[in-house]
This record gives sequence, C-alpha cells and structure tokens, in this order.
Amino acid sequence: MSDDELKQVANEIRKGVVTATHAAKSGHPGGSLSATDILTYLYFEEMNVDPADPRKADRDRFVLSKGHAAPGLYSTLAERGYFPKSDLETLRHIGSHLQGHPNMNDTPGVDMSTGSLGQGVSAAVGMALAAKHWGNDYRVFCMLGDGEIEEGQVWEAAMFAGNHALDNLVLIVDHNGLQIDGTIEEVNSAMPIADKFRAFKFHVIELADGNDMAQIRSAFEEARGVKGQPTCIVAETVKGKGVSFMENQVGWHGKAPNDEQYEQAMAELSKEA
Amino acid sequence: MADVKKVATRASYGEALAELAAEHDDFVVFDADLAEATHTATFKKAYPERFFDAGIAEGNMMGLAAGVATTGHKAFASTFAMFAAGRAFEQVRNSIGYPHLNVKIGATHAGISVGEDGATHQCNEDIALMRTIPGMTVIVPCDDVEAKAAVRAAYELDGPVYMRFGRLAVPVVNDPETFKFEVGKGIVMREGTDVTIVACGLMVQAALEAAEALAEKGISAEVIDTHTVKPIDADLIVKSAQKTGRVVTCEEHSVIGGLGSAVCDVLAERCPTPVRKIGVQDTFGYSGPAVDLLHEFGLDAEGVAREVEEFVRA
Repeated sequence: MSDDELKQVANEIRKGVVTATHAAKSGHPGGSLSATDILTYLYFEEMNVDPADPRKADRDRFVLSKGHAAPGLYSTLAERGYFPKSDLETLRHIGSHLQGHPNMNDTPGVDMSTGSLGQGVSAAVGMALAAKHWGNDYRVFCMLGDGEIEEGQVWEAAMFAGNHALDNLVLIVDHNGLQIDGTIEEVNSAMPIADKFRAFKFHVIELADGNDMAQIRSAFEEARGVKGQPTCIVAETVKGKGVSFMENQVGWHGKAPNDEQYEQAMAELSKEA
Repeated sequence: MADVKKVATRASYGEALAELAAEHDDFVVFDADLAEATHTATFKKAYPERFFDAGIAEGNMMGLAAGVATTGHKAFASTFAMFAAGRAFEQVRNSIGYPHLNVKIGATHAGISVGEDGATHQCNEDIALMRTIPGMTVIVPCDDVEAKAAVRAAYELDGPVYMRFGRLAVPVVNDPETFKFEVGKGIVMREGTDVTIVACGLMVQAALEAAEALAEKGISAEVIDTHTVKPIDADLIVKSAQKTGRVVTCEEHSVIGGLGSAVCDVLAERCPTPVRKIGVQDTFGYSGPAVDLLHEFGLDAEGVAREVEEFVRA
C-alpha cells in the first residue's frame, strides 16, 4: 500500500478506537491513538499474517505489551479482517471476545495475553528465542509504552534479548510522553530511552514522528536489515493523535468519550477521510 | 528406613528432564542461575543447546517460557520455590496461567528442609499461591520414583503445571517396576481403619513411618499420598474419611492454604470430618540442618505419630 492509502486505513482504525471506547464507556483511547499509525503499518505492510488463518505456524508475531491499548489492536485486527468491525461495539461487554486487555484465547489474531505491564515483552523475547531455536524464520514485533518501561521486567527481557542477539525481534516504544499520573518526566522518567536500549545491545532507531507513515516505513525498512542484534524503535508519538481534544491530554489515558465527544471525534476523523 | 536408598527429588527432576529430552525435541529448559542447585545442570550437560539461563531474573524467565509455549512448543522453568511461586507469582498468574500455556514449573528447595539458608529461602507458601490459579496443576512428589513420573506426566499434560521438589535426600518408598502415576489420583500407601493420614512430599515417608509406630500402639492409620494437590483426589479422601472418621493432613508447608486447606475444602462440603493439620503453623522458619529443623517443627515420623495419637485418643 502507498503511504496515503495506509493513512486512510489508519483513519478508519482511529474511528474504530473511538467507537469501541464510546460503546464500552471505558477503555484507553489516548495510547491507542498514539500507536495507531504504527499498528497500521505493521498489520497492513510489514508483517506476514493471514486473517483467514490467524494461527498459521510461520506467521510473524505481534505482542502488545502495553496491553491497555487493546482498542487500538482490536480496531486494527478488525480493519484487517480478523473479525467483523461491528464486534468493536462489544468491547468490554460481558460475553464479548474483546476483553479489556488482550487475551490470546479469546480474540483471533492476538498472539499473547497482555495487560500487566512489563510482561508482554518477556513473552515476545521467548517467541523470538523459540524461532531461533527451532529454525523458524518468522519475526516478532512488540510494542511497549514509555511509562511501561519503568517496570524492571522490561530490562530483564531486554538484557536477555541483547545477550542472545535476537535479530528477529523488533521492540517499539510508543513514546507519547504521558502516563496516568502525569508526564513521564514528572512521574519517574526512564529517559534517555534510546541510550538505555543501546546499552542493552540493541540497534536503536529513533523515529522522530511515529505518526508519520513515510517515517514509519523507513524505520521498519531499516529494522529489516539489522543482523546480529535486536532492534528497538523509539517512536515519538502524540497521545490521543487525530482527535483534537484528546491530543497530549493526560486525562485521556483511560477515559471514554461521552456521546457529545464521540460525535465530535467522529466528525473530525471523517473530515480526514 | 535406615537402609533405604535416599534421593533428593530435585535430583530426580534433573535426571527426568534429560531422559525426557532423549524422546522429545519439542521442549527447552530455563533456569535462573541455579542450575547446579535445581539439578537442571544434569539436563544442561546432556543437552546444552536446549538449556537457557535467564540469569537472576525469575519474572522474565517465566515470561520467556510463556513466549516459547505460545509457539506450540513446551518449556520447563526452574528455580527455587520461593522465587518461582513467590517472586514470579504474577508472571505465572498472568503470562502462564491466564493463557493456559504449556509451561512446566520445576520449583526446588521448597519448605523448611532447605535448612541452613534460613527463612528467606524456605518457601512454605507456594502450594497455597499456586493452587489459587485457575487451571494450574500442582504436584508435590514424595520420592525419586514419583518425582520422575511427575515430570513425565507434566510434559504430557496440556496446560501449566507447578512441580514442587525438595533439597533434602529422602527415602525412596515407591517401586519403579510397579509404580503407576496418574495426575489427580492419590495413592493409598497403607490401609487402616482408625484415622486417615493425607500427606504430600517428604511427609509421605514421615507418615508411613509414623503409621508403623502407631500400629504398635494399637492405632490403625491409613496413609494416602496425594502427590497431586490440585486437582485433589476428592473421592479418595472422602471414601477414606467415611471409613476412619478422622483425618490428619501432613505437609512441609504452611497450614494456611496448602494441602490441609485443600483437604478441608473437600471434607467441609462433602463429608464433614474432624481434621488435624500438621504443617508449618503460621510462622517463618530459621537456619539449621534440615533433619533437625523437621524434627523441631514436628514434621518427622515422631512428630506425626505424637499428633495423630493425641488426636485419635482425644
């Protein structure tokens, strides 16, 4: 797909995020919207996946370690054809396959159950290790939040991935700068992020605008060529991207739009289309 | 039992892994810098390319094992019980238990028989923690024969398993030629009519020896080895309780939440019966030689016989 086509897809996915969280009356739109463009690129351009056969053995894997961005992942999977887009309106409802945080046994296309921060990345490293050990050539992608990397387990996992030179692993840090209690600097900064991953033997790609499709493409193209070490893409993003009143607002981490806000958000996103 | 062969179940674990690896190439083994102590070093020596050391990072190790298991393979993850069930509880719960992955946790150095290392390393809470996780199978083998069979059964089982092994060499009471192991099925080690002793781990041997001593005093004790604490063999326990009318539970673990509680859960609902729980009585351990500690805590044949006699004659 061209960058313009991918941008259109991302816009549709954003509508799904807004629709799902509005219907759920809870959920995490801010960190879903910051990650949307990267999720779009992964599922529509980068990864070897087949919605008709979600568990095919040689598929590339994706682990949403920042599992609270589930609406972003679900909307991406629905747009890609893993399940009907109408399912998004059942998010967080009793009986829905779309749990508040991703569960691999409920939702087609979800490769690992996540939500407790810091844990998904370990599983992603385990997947990459398994691929190397059994001689499979699939790749593993894992997205982390910039608040999430305050968890010590992230660095345990990074240490192992670096020491084992897992070049089939690409971590993406969704660096939107905000966590629940404030900016990451105010709360307990993990900065400098890029230098930390370099120190853990990663090839680091600093993605200046993680909401720009051309820049996202060039980052993942660079990652594809990295051999002998894992890659970490540190992506500068805007929390709440695409909905004016949510952008860069800490309050939109874990809050759903009401009816009026829903109408405004959908109107803004429809103008983009 | 002075002349009986003694083996620590942690050694059985390492040997069983190496034996299993000869037959199956679909699993790997993780440890967290304790390979010599947990005896995964036995496996590592035979299959170095299938062994991965996570270093001193138990939470990550559980996640690595979970990730491997998502790919359709299996993983054994090994460390001391304190760190497997304690430190890494939430990783086990959320990354292994919730997605019901094929991770087999080999937890060694359980209970106070860790000995000299003292309270920080004597895990008396792991059975309680692990049995609260939905879908988790919890196995506490008593001897070499049972431990090896448990490792094989854990491999065959679909889903997560917690296996609890000990540091101390303990008598081998099962015959490898005739032994049959079935997950969830207790074994009547000795029949009796006055009292039922339900035990797991090294307390099975203590219970058997106690039953000998009790017989000389005219007390007929039935001894049941519940190697699987979850799912527990409720039918067998109820049947025996109906026969004897009294139940004593024996575990090298806190009396809160472990085997004793599991047995009480069953009996309270299906066959209310007086129960005496032998175990660690809501206290921390301390340093000392393992055998001496077991004696101090009343977790040897003498202690069990004393408690059972008092309970029966009360």
